[in-house]
Amino acid sequence: MQTTDTQSETTINLTVNGAPEVIAVDVRTSLLDLLRERLHLSGTKKGCDHGQCGACTVHVNGKRVTSCLTLAVMHDGAEVTTIEGLGNPEKLHPMQAAFVACDAYQCGYCTSGQIMSAVALLKEPCGPDDAAVKELMSGNICRCGAYANIVAAIQQVRKNT
Amino acid sequence: MHTFEFIRPADSAGAVTAAAQAKTAQQGADVRFVAGGTTLLDLMKLSVETPARVIDINRLPLDKIEPTPDGGLKIGATVRNSDLAYHPTVQRDYAVLSQAILAGASAQLRNMATTAGNLLQRTRCVYFRDTAMPCNKREPGTGCPAITGANRMLAILGTSEQCIATNPSDMCVAMAALEATIHVQGAKGARAIPFGDFHLLPGSTPNRETVLEPGDLVTHVTLPPPVAGSRQIYLKLRDRVSYEFALASAAVVITVAGGRVTRARVALGGVGTKPWRSPAAEAALVGQSVNQANFAKAAEAALRDAKPQSENAFKIDLAKRCLTHTLQMATA
Repeated sequence: MQTTDTQSETTINLTVNGAPEVIAVDVRTSLLDLLRERLHLSGTKKGCDHGQCGACTVHVNGKRVTSCLTLAVMHDGAEVTTIEGLGNPEKLHPMQAAFVACDAYQCGYCTSGQIMSAVALLKEPCGPDDAAVKELMSGNICRCGAYANIVAAIQQVRKNT
Repeated sequence: MHTFEFIRPADSAGAVTAAAQAKTAQQGADVRFVAGGTTLLDLMKLSVETPARVIDINRLPLDKIEPTPDGGLKIGATVRNSDLAYHPTVQRDYAVLSQAILAGASAQLRNMATTAGNLLQRTRCVYFRDTAMPCNKREPGTGCPAITGANRMLAILGTSEQCIATNPSDMCVAMAALEATIHVQGAKGARAIPFGDFHLLPGSTPNRETVLEPGDLVTHVTLPPPVAGSRQIYLKLRDRVSYEFALASAAVVITVAGGRVTRARVALGGVGTKPWRSPAAEAALVGQSVNQANFAKAAEAALRDAKPQSENAFKIDLAKRCLTHTLQMATA
């Protein structure tokens, strides 16, 4: 049997928002903690830390995942995109601009996860109506209850693209 | 989280060898395979699972969906739930499976969770998940506080004096109705397990949930060829519209000719200690004409042995109505 690693710490390669990263991690490190604590990309939020709230949603190889519920070591070689990789204050991603235009947040804690989910949804099989959007966004909880405007923001982007 | 040794074997044989050193493949296993991690890492954070070794099977070639020579479908262990649900063949020929998967979890979790992981999904019983509480499933012999406690979400079929925990999977309910076969590579070679034989009733050993032994690696699941002319529906009833476990669900694969049922496969979710195929409901349907009264009789048969707990007697009627309505939808 070959094993690439049997230590409690291991070095992994990741491409995060287009930049290569080589980083030694304790094998217990979640992808979320790696992003926040090691790479200081604090736009991705820790809510429940159990995959229930969606605040930690990022894209791994183009697919949205809850980064709290996966180990960083399981993603050696992967491409990761976080909210910091979508746009910036000078050049917002269309989804970010739509969230602003539609007032799709209040406290903002869930917002980066909402936006990462919403951007991924654009490439997923999703029916045209609001109900389909709500179903595919149900993994992102908003305690402020901005849901109606979140759906409006997503529909605005879908209509314009 | 307790620390562990992280192992990435080069092939399935290596994974089996590494896992075969475990004392058990059931609750408390000292070696665990990880694929999506959506159950395992959740439970490791709660210290419900404390494996000393974690074997990453994500790089093994178990991620394909392929036709089988007999006209069925082979689904790899690490196929992601979303890839399975949206696969054109699954949507066309095994629609109940697609519907069931899409009724479960969230889009993010479905992108991570895998076929084999979903087969081994653990109960959401709050006492199982809380190490401060007794639980016969987690620590045999400590008792079951659920029987006199918070049991609204728990099982009414297949329970024992030791455990009333519900199997939470949606995917498994559809696979039970589709008569899937689970393929395992183990220390003594490969074997095929009929779906109904894979999960165990809790009985006096609720810590044993499946027939898996140390070293057993689920490599794939096969589905038999689609049944020509069959209609398939999965209906899930829950406290919220989306992203919630079932209070009751039903998977139906039914064939009708001349106004009569010629073949029926029925399984229930959210009510059983394992994915609950109901031969009694199937027998009650076959040969009968398609009408509400006969569907209600089948539902009565499916729930005949139901045993309510202090907070979940409502599930008996709910499950009956769920099945009756699913049969109506599938034959409309």
